[in-house]
Amino acid sequence: MASPTGTAETSPATEPRTPEQTTSKNPVTGTLSWADDRLGLAKVARGGLRKVFPDHWSFLLGEIALYSFVVLLITGVFLTLWFKPSMAEIDYQGSYQLLRGVPMSEAFASTLDISFDVRGGLLVRQIHHWAALLFVAAAMAHMLRVFFTGAFRKPREVNWLIGVGLFMLAMVEGFAGYSLPDDLLSGTGLRFVDGLIRAIPLVGTWLEFFIFNGEFPGTAIVPRLYMVHILLVPAILLGLIAAHLSLVVYHKHTQYPGPGRTERNVVGYPLFPVYMAKAGGFFFVVFGVITLMAAFMQINPVWKYGPYNPSQVTAGSQPDWYMGWLEGAVRIMPNWESHIGHTTWSWNIFFPGVLLMGVLMTSLVAWPFVERWITADNSYHHILDRPRNVPTRTALGVAAMTGYAMFWLSGGNDIIATHFHVSLNAVTYFMRAAVFAAPVIAYHITKRTCISLQRADLQRLEHGSPSGEIVRDPSGRFTEAHAPISRDEAYSLTQQRELPVLEATTGDDGAPVGNGISKRRARLSRWFLGANMAKPTADEIHIEKEAEPSHRAAELDSSESASQPSVEKAGSAH
Amino acid sequence: MSDEADSDKMNDAQIVPSSPGPIPDPGLEPYVERYSDTDPEVGRRVYRQIVTMYGLVPILAVAFVVFYFAIPRDAAVRFGPLHTSAMNLALGGTAGLAILLIGLASIHWAKQVMDDRESVDERHELASSPEDRKAVGQIWRTGAEESRLGRRKMIGLALGSALGALALPALVSLADLGPKPTSKLRAETIERTIWAEGVRLVNDVTFAPVKASDMEIGELVNAQPENLEKLEGAERQVERAKSSIIIVRMDPDSIKIPDSRKDWQVGGILSYSKICTHVGCPISLWEQQTHHLLCPCHQSTFDLGDSGVVVFGPAARALPQLPITVNSEGYLVARSDFTVPVGPSYFERDSRHDFKKGDN
Repeated sequence: MASPTGTAETSPATEPRTPEQTTSKNPVTGTLSWADDRLGLAKVARGGLRKVFPDHWSFLLGEIALYSFVVLLITGVFLTLWFKPSMAEIDYQGSYQLLRGVPMSEAFASTLDISFDVRGGLLVRQIHHWAALLFVAAAMAHMLRVFFTGAFRKPREVNWLIGVGLFMLAMVEGFAGYSLPDDLLSGTGLRFVDGLIRAIPLVGTWLEFFIFNGEFPGTAIVPRLYMVHILLVPAILLGLIAAHLSLVVYHKHTQYPGPGRTERNVVGYPLFPVYMAKAGGFFFVVFGVITLMAAFMQINPVWKYGPYNPSQVTAGSQPDWYMGWLEGAVRIMPNWESHIGHTTWSWNIFFPGVLLMGVLMTSLVAWPFVERWITADNSYHHILDRPRNVPTRTALGVAAMTGYAMFWLSGGNDIIATHFHVSLNAVTYFMRAAVFAAPVIAYHITKRTCISLQRADLQRLEHGSPSGEIVRDPSGRFTEAHAPISRDEAYSLTQQRELPVLEATTGDDGAPVGNGISKRRARLSRWFLGANMAKPTADEIHIEKEAEPSHRAAELDSSESASQPSVEKAGSAH
Repeated sequence: MSDEADSDKMNDAQIVPSSPGPIPDPGLEPYVERYSDTDPEVGRRVYRQIVTMYGLVPILAVAFVVFYFAIPRDAAVRFGPLHTSAMNLALGGTAGLAILLIGLASIHWAKQVMDDRESVDERHELASSPEDRKAVGQIWRTGAEESRLGRRKMIGLALGSALGALALPALVSLADLGPKPTSKLRAETIERTIWAEGVRLVNDVTFAPVKASDMEIGELVNAQPENLEKLEGAERQVERAKSSIIIVRMDPDSIKIPDSRKDWQVGGILSYSKICTHVGCPISLWEQQTHHLLCPCHQSTFDLGDSGVVVFGPAARALPQLPITVNSEGYLVARSDFTVPVGPSYFERDSRHDFKKGDN
């Protein structure tokens, strides 16, 4: 920096100045303008406050997951005020008489304190547990909704992947939390995970010793899982949820087919005020219902299980519901184990416990890309599929759900056996077959049902809706008159995109050409798209011949003209 | 995955017609007014309902506080066969209802009072314009050029390997997460228990030593090594996870005792590891008549009348048997530690010496 070459007679700093008078014509003044001067909030609010969201009950599933997560954060903070993540042994001296003087870990003792000595502690513990169960359930239902309606297609593949990550982490988070109280049930769950980790070929024992700091159970696992449960995973979950929601805002929400709904618009209600009240209100509904559940329905009464003791277990021990399918897979797996040299390869644990999870994850991650490859469909999709219009995808989804359900049921094979007075061994053998057979049966039933439903749609379009009027013609024959369906319904029923079945491109010699469509891909395309009913032409459709009301025609014109420029400008300045 | 040529061609086809079907878009359904808009009485009722729901919340909040201080912590509420903590019920009931009412009132307001005319947002192009893409390409090239990386390639390489090298200390610093399970450490930990020659078998609740003459045929005792009692805290938990046993007495004529294990038992009294060879649950569901022992976790079933071999379920290896005898006072004592590692399998486990069905 240059040094001053001289001193001025007067300094600008010493001259009196009056602040500039700002005369604001904008109604946004005071605090708001103070904030906007610094943060530029008005720009964001102008673009976002009237953002339109479509209405449908199935769009609430993801909201339930989000709000359960918020409830988990709030109640989780409360619980950390009293919970002690320590496996140091103490003699319990709290107010639960039946366990007085029993040696237990500080983690278990502090869980008892929260349940019996902190007023409202039991309520918050139960809210936390119910919310966790609901969080995973709602996330799974939301994921199924997205799958069956094809909402994962372009441009939303990345958000699907984020969702899969969220789902995985939700299970890890749930399991970590479940293990913290160090009661008999959660300790048994940890013992199971210890066996699972050990069974991983080559590195299992190393992982076990590193995770548990030596032998099971040791003193490290609860403090470590505590860190995972309250810091590591929630932080990642928060980040992913933020990304998930940002992408929903950027992409704008998908919508179901219907009159006025197109690929270029979104029809619904504005964020301010309607969705703020509806979505905000729904948060309170979810929170309120979970709180009432916690008030009236007991969950995880750890004082009945007692402290963890590796030499005890209760018959009928079950994990939380979302781990049930893995538990079931482990139960029905045949006892395959290889002994090669002085090594042991525990396929009986590794396949169902570790590999199966990998298979589910890989399928979920890969599906949007596999479907895109099969259909060669590269266009944007903002109108959702009705599940019947994509029979193969719907059938695959139902098959996967059925397989999951079979594994899940297997996780209760002992309960099924004792409650229905059937042989445990028979239930297990049956389930071994059912996990393979049931999805195949479900696939075929679903696919045929979807095609039948397409036919029913087609019939409705071509012949109208049964009117309930029985007509007797001169020859004595009775028929039911059909009334034409409305234009709105006809539009909704024919809005789905028809994708052509790919033909294999082969040269003269019959071999596939360079980058063309291989025979295998053409076969897959036929399998995926071949069963669809062709849409009827306008002439074949039997609709009301009413004159278009003028206001609707005007609306149509305006929306068409409004959307036109955006299409033509596609690719120009944004 | 997708062929390049294909996707390029299809970029032009991304803009889809707004109505791909045979019927042109009829436009939004005509707006139908709600009762709460057309009937002033309904409108007033809805208004009253919303205000009442919000109005109940402060009352419930006060009730919560009153209950919080008024109800004794150990008070219980009984309702037929059900009973619950009065505090939990009162706090949860008032708080849950209050929270729920805020939600219901807000949604009622949104659905019945707020303007319910649907509005339409146009979607924007999601992708950047070709101009933007081109400009970014240009910016990238300019920046890359200015970085001089094109001519000084070694910088990039050096940076890459520098960042990669950092992974090494990051990973290595995790090495103290736990001890390394070397063969020496395994032999001292997961491959041994505190059972040893002469250690008495004691009841796992009372720690009373078990006398051979006290065991009836068909009886099962959950037991521990006598020296477990000296251990405390984590050490005791670790040992319990390995040395827990069950002692059963069966009619010697109704079971198979291989020649190699003739002197591992005392007149039909046999002792097995209680830790399942599957994933380590403690097992003691005892089918007295069949001599089967069932694991409650994953239903692996072992035949204690046949050296603990697996007869059903996912477990792959027989339950390890603890060689026992009686001492001069008639108490059951171990003859040695288990001859094979107990509990679930692990990769380095030498499983060639476990008892297999048919061994003698």
